[in-house]
Amino acid sequence: MIRKILSIIGFFLITITKLNAGVELTGAGATFPYPLYSKMFDEYYKTYGIKVNYQSIGSGGGIRQLKEKTVDFGASDAFLSDEQLKEFDGEILHIPTCLGAVVITYNLDLPKKIRFTSDLIADIYLGKITKWNDERIRKVNPGLNLPDLPITVVRRADGSGTTFVFTDYLSKVSSEWKEKVGRGTSVNWPVGIGGKGNEGVSGLVKQTKGAIGYVEFTYALQNKLPYGIIKNKSGNFIEPKVESISEAANVKLPEDMRISITDTESKNGYPISAFTYILVYSDLSKANDKMDYEKAKTIANLLWWMTHEGQKYTKSLDYAPLSKEAQKNAEKLLKKLNFNGKMLLK
Amino acid sequence: MRGNRLYKTFINIGGVLILGLLLSFFITLFINSLPSIKKYGFDFITSKIWDPVFEKFGAFPFIIGTLLTSFISLIISIPFSISVSLFVAEYYENTFFSRIFETLVDLLAGIPSVIYGLWGFFYIVPIVSNIQVKLSFSPTGVSIFTASLVLSIMIIPYASSIAKEVIKLVPNDLKEAGYSFGATRYEVIKNIIFPYAKSGIFAGILLSFGRAIGETMAVTMVIGNSIQLPKNIFQPGNTIASIIANEFTEAVGKLHLSSLIELGLILFLITLIINLFANLIIKRHGFEI
Amino acid sequence: MKILKDRLFKFMVIFFALLILLPLFSIIFMIFKNGFSVINLEFLTTLPKPPGETGGGVLNGIVGTLLLVFFASLIAIPLGLIAGIFLYEYREKKIGEVLTTFVDISQGMPSIVVGIISYLWIVKKMGHFSLISGSFALSLIFLPIVAKSTKETLKMIPVYIIEASLSLGVSYPRTILKVVLPSSIGGILSGILLGISRISGETAPLLFTAFGNPFLNFNILKPVSSLPHLIFVYAISPYDNWRKYAWGCSLILVIFVSLMSFLNKLLLKKWKIKF
Repeated sequence: MIRKILSIIGFFLITITKLNAGVELTGAGATFPYPLYSKMFDEYYKTYGIKVNYQSIGSGGGIRQLKEKTVDFGASDAFLSDEQLKEFDGEILHIPTCLGAVVITYNLDLPKKIRFTSDLIADIYLGKITKWNDERIRKVNPGLNLPDLPITVVRRADGSGTTFVFTDYLSKVSSEWKEKVGRGTSVNWPVGIGGKGNEGVSGLVKQTKGAIGYVEFTYALQNKLPYGIIKNKSGNFIEPKVESISEAANVKLPEDMRISITDTESKNGYPISAFTYILVYSDLSKANDKMDYEKAKTIANLLWWMTHEGQKYTKSLDYAPLSKEAQKNAEKLLKKLNFNGKMLLK
Repeated sequence: MRGNRLYKTFINIGGVLILGLLLSFFITLFINSLPSIKKYGFDFITSKIWDPVFEKFGAFPFIIGTLLTSFISLIISIPFSISVSLFVAEYYENTFFSRIFETLVDLLAGIPSVIYGLWGFFYIVPIVSNIQVKLSFSPTGVSIFTASLVLSIMIIPYASSIAKEVIKLVPNDLKEAGYSFGATRYEVIKNIIFPYAKSGIFAGILLSFGRAIGETMAVTMVIGNSIQLPKNIFQPGNTIASIIANEFTEAVGKLHLSSLIELGLILFLITLIINLFANLIIKRHGFEI
Repeated sequence: MKILKDRLFKFMVIFFALLILLPLFSIIFMIFKNGFSVINLEFLTTLPKPPGETGGGVLNGIVGTLLLVFFASLIAIPLGLIAGIFLYEYREKKIGEVLTTFVDISQGMPSIVVGIISYLWIVKKMGHFSLISGSFALSLIFLPIVAKSTKETLKMIPVYIIEASLSLGVSYPRTILKVVLPSSIGGILSGILLGISRISGETAPLLFTAFGNPFLNFNILKPVSSLPHLIFVYAISPYDNWRKYAWGCSLILVIFVSLMSFLNKLLLKKWKIKF
């Protein structure tokens, strides 16, 4: 009797399944732009009725699931290296959606923001500087009463584009870091405890006095965490702001948009800034088995919308919008999108 | 087995299922670990380096983290498990009081792991952080010790429920004999109940241990997720289950993924051996759980 | 002196036993304190909002958990029953003993390993994450529980009932199906309730299979959300409204688990089963 009821319910549910059709997209990857994408996809659904299911499992996850063809698009703060690109069976486009920055956040009661130089950050994360009142930190912050507290280093436990951007910066400014640790979405951290996602790191920093961590700018703002002012390549101490982040992108951009703008040449640019990308097969028929022309067209439209109309949601959530040049390059890339040769955007 | 051939065939499917389940787990894990087994061989277990950038992987920090947290949580939980079982099966056996208590202990067992993780993160981590400051360690709050504390609470019901059953099985006449000689309750427990029930209690403890080893969510939220070998229990560490949960969906390199699966294989084998051992002890002493 | 030791020991036992109630009450208190204010009609019937916006709910998680458990039951209960009957039929034989041990070992399997296996078997083969892969993972945990409790309950049925049925001319398979199983339904149901309670709280196996979904989903081939997953993702996020969701979900889960436990107790009492 019970089994009869159960099987009826089962059939009923599977029928609903058929009724519930309609284009749904699946994407996965970076945690950094998650709040922005969350807002964008919500608005897109309200306007066009298209459901986008995005899970922020980390940039590493986005790349991997794109490769395993379990999603329609990936998202990553890290752009793929030449070797990584070779592992895909088709061309991968890096569509920039906005700019973000990695800030150094800390848990200390201080009247002003701490100033950091690049070598200070590298050496803290190498475990060479272990106390807040270290001579070298004090030198850069005259007048700031730094406490005699141990520095608890916090970093990401999961694979992440935020880590990629941060370690990319460290590899550029510290040859010791480059040699010992290198850059990647997951690295062999010399010191530090790991938090899951930007959320985990900011959570840990908030809970631990004297902790230092790196998180995306928006997460620091949301959590009302203090963040440091960093000396850039031109010698200016730059505070992370939407403007200074956009400034960092004010350099010559390559067509495929695979560029690292950390340690930027731009005079007033914040030194740990980066683009975040949606990764997608240029020939969408290669994305996965369930892709069809209809779906591919939807993805193309979605991405166009994200890089144009969607940009209006960036500033209010403390993300930096794409510069004119970045947007132009994005358009050129998007126009390459096709389904088995059939172009998707005019 | 009685019954016609159709029945027998049908039921035998059940047997094939059970046999196939464990076997296929092992085979799948093994096959998918081959790339890293081939590359590292036995060194995988002793190597301390876990470096996804330079593609060097070693399981040692995680094996140690797993063993440390499991042992410590076990030791902390034992007095509690035994007390609970004595409370319910001896001192207040069959009273309304103990039935309510048992229900509460069952509740403890039923709370999902992720909620233990939440509670550990918000309540236990600050406490441990204060302890760390007093002991002049880095006040991370998250650490091997924190994870062990949270784990110890989670595994109490496993040992206590088995211990309680075994203690109840101790024949009354043996106990009566003890009392008639003028023994106190404590002496009866110490000299009659414990020797009689000790293998059952031991099996229950083993089961608790097995549970602690495989626990994921609660641990990953309070252990600190460090990939370095911890120098003491007040440092952050990591367990096998926790690092798999952290890195599995994102492992981009083939070797990285294979190493994580090999870790899963190791975890599978350790859990298998412990549960097997516990089971054999129970069988040998003639009762079933 | 003897009396002193005795009193002291008793005191220690009671002390330690009651001490475990402290964390229990602390957890319950934490969940109620943070979750109670969150639960309202909107919370139970709408979908989550983007970060920073107030309101919204966790309907996707509630429905997701129900669906995951439902399909896991569809797989695990029938197969678990068959497996349990097997263990019962062969309980005197070596193969029965060995396989019972196998089942016991399976019950102790770490859920993260179950997640890896499900990912490799189902998600990779299918090419995407889905509700059915999540249910499959959960059924791997559920099945041994059902099998074990089926076997144990069947064992307790007195032989004379079977003999009586056979002597009336009823075939053996029919006896099992129509006489023995129905009388064991109490114990089997108890195992099922236990299993449901266990799998509805599992997170690890779902990380690599069900994937999560901010929308409602009834399609077994598509990803789906679940309460434990929402808790895990939202609890440590920096957004207030998301953290509130996590607490509300925790409360719902704990109430559900307590309900199952309570039903189980009633069941055991009604059918007077002693395990």
